[in-house]
Amino acid sequence: MLEAKSLSCVREDRLLFEDLNLTVAPGQIIQVEGPNGVGKTSLFRLLVGLMSPYHGQVFWQGQAILDDRERFQRALLYLGHHSGVKPELSALENVYFYQQMFEPDFQGDLYAILAQVGLVGLEDIPAAQLSAGQQRRVALARLWISTATLWILDEPFTAIDKNGVKVLEQLFVEHAKRGGMILLTTHQDLALPSDAFSKLTMVKPELDRMYSGDGL
Amino acid sequence: MSNAFYQVLRRELLTAFRRIADVFNPLWFFIIVITLFPLGVGPEPQLLMRIAPGIIWVAALLSSLLSLERLFKDDFSDGGLEQLMLSPYPLPLLVTAKMIAHWLLTGLPIILISPLIAVLLSLDLTTYWAVLLTLLIGTPVLSFIGAIGVALTVGLRKGGIILSLIMLPLCIPVLIFSTMAIDAASFNQSFVGPLAILGAMSIASITLAPFAVAAALRVSVS
Repeated sequence: MLEAKSLSCVREDRLLFEDLNLTVAPGQIIQVEGPNGVGKTSLFRLLVGLMSPYHGQVFWQGQAILDDRERFQRALLYLGHHSGVKPELSALENVYFYQQMFEPDFQGDLYAILAQVGLVGLEDIPAAQLSAGQQRRVALARLWISTATLWILDEPFTAIDKNGVKVLEQLFVEHAKRGGMILLTTHQDLALPSDAFSKLTMVKPELDRMYSGDGL
Repeated sequence: MSNAFYQVLRRELLTAFRRIADVFNPLWFFIIVITLFPLGVGPEPQLLMRIAPGIIWVAALLSSLLSLERLFKDDFSDGGLEQLMLSPYPLPLLVTAKMIAHWLLTGLPIILISPLIAVLLSLDLTTYWAVLLTLLIGTPVLSFIGAIGVALTVGLRKGGIILSLIMLPLCIPVLIFSTMAIDAASFNQSFVGPLAILGAMSIASITLAPFAVAAALRVSVS
C-alpha cells in the first residue's frame, strides 16, 4: 500500500499543491487528472522519491520510502515523460537492458514481448529511427515483463494509437486483478471497470495562496 | 548486483560505439594539440623534452574535459538517469560503471597512443615510462573527479563553463604531480614520490567520487 501524508510541493517559489493525502491500495487504478501545470508530474516524482517534498512524507507498506529506497524500488515501476529509451540502441537492446536491471529473473522471450507491443520486425533497428509512438511502445514493453506491484505511469498513452490504448487498458485491469496498484495521468477518458477505478482531480490553489501560502 | 554493473557498462560502451565520432573527437583533439606543438615551438629535441610533460598533461586534461559534459547529459534528457536512480541497485555502483566507461573511452585511448606521442616529442625510454605510468594512474582521476562536476551541472542549460570552473582547480594537483614525475624521469631521477601521491589521489577519487556523484545527481534531478 502506498500512502502519501499531507504532501506539499513548492516549485520555483510557487505553491503547486499542499496537504495532499493519497492512499493506493492493492487492486486500485487511480487516474490523476487536472489542468496542465497543476503538478501531476511533480506529484509523481514526489511519490517515487525523485524529489523530496516541501512538507509531508510518502510511505510504502508503512515505511517512509526514503528510509529504504531499495525495498520500495523493487516494488516500483515508474515511467516518466521521458522513458529512458536510448535512441542509439535497438528496441531489443533497450528492453534487454531494463529487463536485466529490473527483472533479472525474467525467463520469457523478449521477441514475444516486443511482438505484443506491436514492434514485430522492428526489433533490431535503432530506436532513433522509430516513430514517437513506437519509441513509447519500446518503453511500455517493460510493463509486460514487470513483476513490480506499483506502477506509476506519467502520460503512458502519449503518441499511442487507439488500439494500443485498448491493449494497455486490458493490461492495467489484469494487473489490478493480480493485486497490483496503478497510478497514472492521462487526459484521455479511460474505459475501465468502475469497481477498481477511481479518479483524483487536482485543482490549482487560489492565486493568493499560490504565492503567499501559509508558512512559505 | 555485479550484473547491473556490467549491464550499465555494456550499455554505455554500446551507445558510444554507435556514435563513434564522439569517441574519436577527444582523442583527435589530443593528437592535434600534441602534433602542433613541435611545429609551433620548433623541433629542437632539448626544448621538446623540456616542455613535453606539460604539453601531454594539459592536452589530456582538456580532451577529458571536452568529453565529460556528455557523461550524464544524454541520460538526463532521455530519462535514463531517473530509471537508474529508481533501479533497486545502489546508485554509486551504477555511476561507477558509467565513469569507468568514460575512462575506457577517453583515458585508455590516450594511453594506447602514447608511444606515438613519445616519438613526436622525442622522449627517451625512461621519460616515456614515466609518461605511461602517470597517464595510467592519473587519467582515472580526471574521469572520476570530472564526473562530480558533471553531476552538479547536468541540470543546467549552459553547464559547460561552470563545469570547467569546478573541475579544473580540482584537477590541477594531478597536473602538478604528473609533470613533476615526468620531469624527474627526464633528469634520470627517481619519480616514485610524485607517482605515489598520484596513486593516492587516484585511489581516493575512485573510492569516494561515486558517492559524491550519486548525491549530486539526486540534487540535480529533483
